[in-house]
Amino acid sequence: MNALGLLLPELILLVGALLVFLLDVAYDTDRESGASYGLVSGLFLVVAFLAAFFQMSLEPQQAFMMDIDAFAAFIKMTVFAGMALVALAGGRYMNRRTYNQGEFWTFFLIVSLAMSILAGANNLVLIYITIELLSITSYMLAAFFRDELRSAEAGMKYFLYGSVASAVMLYGLSFIYGAVGSLDLREVAGFFVQPDLTEELRVAMIPATLLALAGFAFKASLAPFYQWAPDTYEGSPTPVTTYLSTASKAAAFAVMARFFVVGLSALDVEWVPILAGLSILTMTMGNLAALRQNNVKRLLAYSSVAHAGYILMGLVAVAANAASGMDGLNGVLLYLFAYLFTNVGAFVSLMAVEETTGSVEMEAFQGLIHRAPWLAGMFTLFLLSLAGIPATGGFLGKFFVFGAAVQHQYYWLVAIALVNAGIAAFYYLRIIRTMYFGSQEDAGSRLELPLGMQATLLICTLATLWIGLYPPQVLDWVNTASQQILTAVLF
Amino acid sequence: MPTLPVPTFTQVVFVLIAAFTVISGLGVVVARNLFHSALLLAATFFGVAGLYVMLEAEFLAVTQILIYVGAVATLITFAIMLTRGAMHGETNPLNRQWGKAALFAFLFLVGLLGYLGGIPWPAPFQAIQADEGLIARLGEQLVTRYMVSLEVMGLLLMVALVGAILLARDDKP
Repeated sequence: MNALGLLLPELILLVGALLVFLLDVAYDTDRESGASYGLVSGLFLVVAFLAAFFQMSLEPQQAFMMDIDAFAAFIKMTVFAGMALVALAGGRYMNRRTYNQGEFWTFFLIVSLAMSILAGANNLVLIYITIELLSITSYMLAAFFRDELRSAEAGMKYFLYGSVASAVMLYGLSFIYGAVGSLDLREVAGFFVQPDLTEELRVAMIPATLLALAGFAFKASLAPFYQWAPDTYEGSPTPVTTYLSTASKAAAFAVMARFFVVGLSALDVEWVPILAGLSILTMTMGNLAALRQNNVKRLLAYSSVAHAGYILMGLVAVAANAASGMDGLNGVLLYLFAYLFTNVGAFVSLMAVEETTGSVEMEAFQGLIHRAPWLAGMFTLFLLSLAGIPATGGFLGKFFVFGAAVQHQYYWLVAIALVNAGIAAFYYLRIIRTMYFGSQEDAGSRLELPLGMQATLLICTLATLWIGLYPPQVLDWVNTASQQILTAVLF
Repeated sequence: MPTLPVPTFTQVVFVLIAAFTVISGLGVVVARNLFHSALLLAATFFGVAGLYVMLEAEFLAVTQILIYVGAVATLITFAIMLTRGAMHGETNPLNRQWGKAALFAFLFLVGLLGYLGGIPWPAPFQAIQADEGLIARLGEQLVTRYMVSLEVMGLLLMVALVGAILLARDDKP
């Protein structure tokens, strides 16, 4: 197989994006074209998903500064599955609200492409440029309803925070290059294990890592770089919010994992405490803020910040040869995979309520069980999975991440995370209570959901239950993926 | 009596260029008129190009002037001149947080200097040989090793262009 063939998922998405763009330019488009663009985008995402699935079984290798290994392939599968589900559920929502459908679907595929490259990138230049591609396209998608004040504000805030964060990150990366003289993550790793490394240079990497972390933490919405998240998530079109809080986060964690675990593995004494601190800060701030929200979209936005904190725990507790099979990294992957289906499902439920009632406030969910029993039931499942109740995918993710931390004897970290999970369960249950125990009089008429949303909700429900009840296949994937990274690492 | 160290010619030139860059960069932030900020930004770009020349990266310096001074700064000045009411008066007002921002930036500088000032950074790995085709090698690297980066960059520019038109155009089709 030649080198270009290894980029198959990326090439498929590139062709798809350019195809939609050219179709939009070549033909007189009307409001009906959006549906076919959405269909084309969905098809290309599914084909790219299959290509990524095929890559899972390849031997780890490199092509064009990208690692083609099971880790990258698993993240790609996660991202493509999320994007395809968002397209399925949110396509109609977007097509009905904008005239610029060709541009939307082009950007949508390019965002997927950027995340796909990020999953494998092992060179600092490629990482930086691809983060920029992802960010700049996302800024525009967040501001896509430019006539709506909230959407324009969402894009503007995202842009201002993002440009500062990426400038700071570039500054940090330049220090790493200054010390190592190479941009390749493996050469960076090799540089820091050599015996005659001066202590000063090692210490100099602390500020460099902190600065670089600003950019990664921004994309993953970790504290203290999460302030953009609630406003952007609330103001953006809901399909955009959905992928920003799931697929985009998965890509950001993939980059962080590769940067820290592969690139800076020899400096783990320096970065583990930093990440542990950020993890605690993120989950606590996210949960405390979510507690006070009455707008469900905003509540889910803050809860998504908190989840980033739990996921980070897995990276803190990463260990090359763990006796129990919980090496931290597989927890991160499992959490991201389960969280993707759960959160896409939760946001699609939200989108369904928004489509029919025009509101995302808590009152709109009043007595939802009488108006749409199936929707209420599935939304309940997603919320329970977010809270980490057993038999759902969210539980298994939390179990692996917490387990890895216990094994490392980070008991204080686990204790704080458990308290946080308790707080989180409280506000998730509040939504459930509103849905079930609202008065029947002001419930309004029954909700009719479009077919795309019904299908997405069903897929997300099945996937959440599948991961929660019968996980061997998923566990096999995440173990292969994390082992391929960790066997190459010197801890 | 200890002799004072006499700076070499290169050091003097470096200090002059660096001072020019820093002062005009500071000017971009503190100037109260948006147009002055734009002009000072062009001056900063020139200063950075000067630093590149001193680092023997002539190609980078020329590119810097062509793209940043020739295109980016010119575009910014045009944008300001074409925007109504942005040319005269205090169009770049300070916001209420400027004091805190200045303090934070200063502390950041002091902290970074303290941390990184005494670090023995390694010397450059390969010396440049005489009549080595540097630009040719750069071009070759761009289309072989850095091919994906280059393509991604091209895609990024296309997306930025389409997106800018999309967000700025004022009529609906």
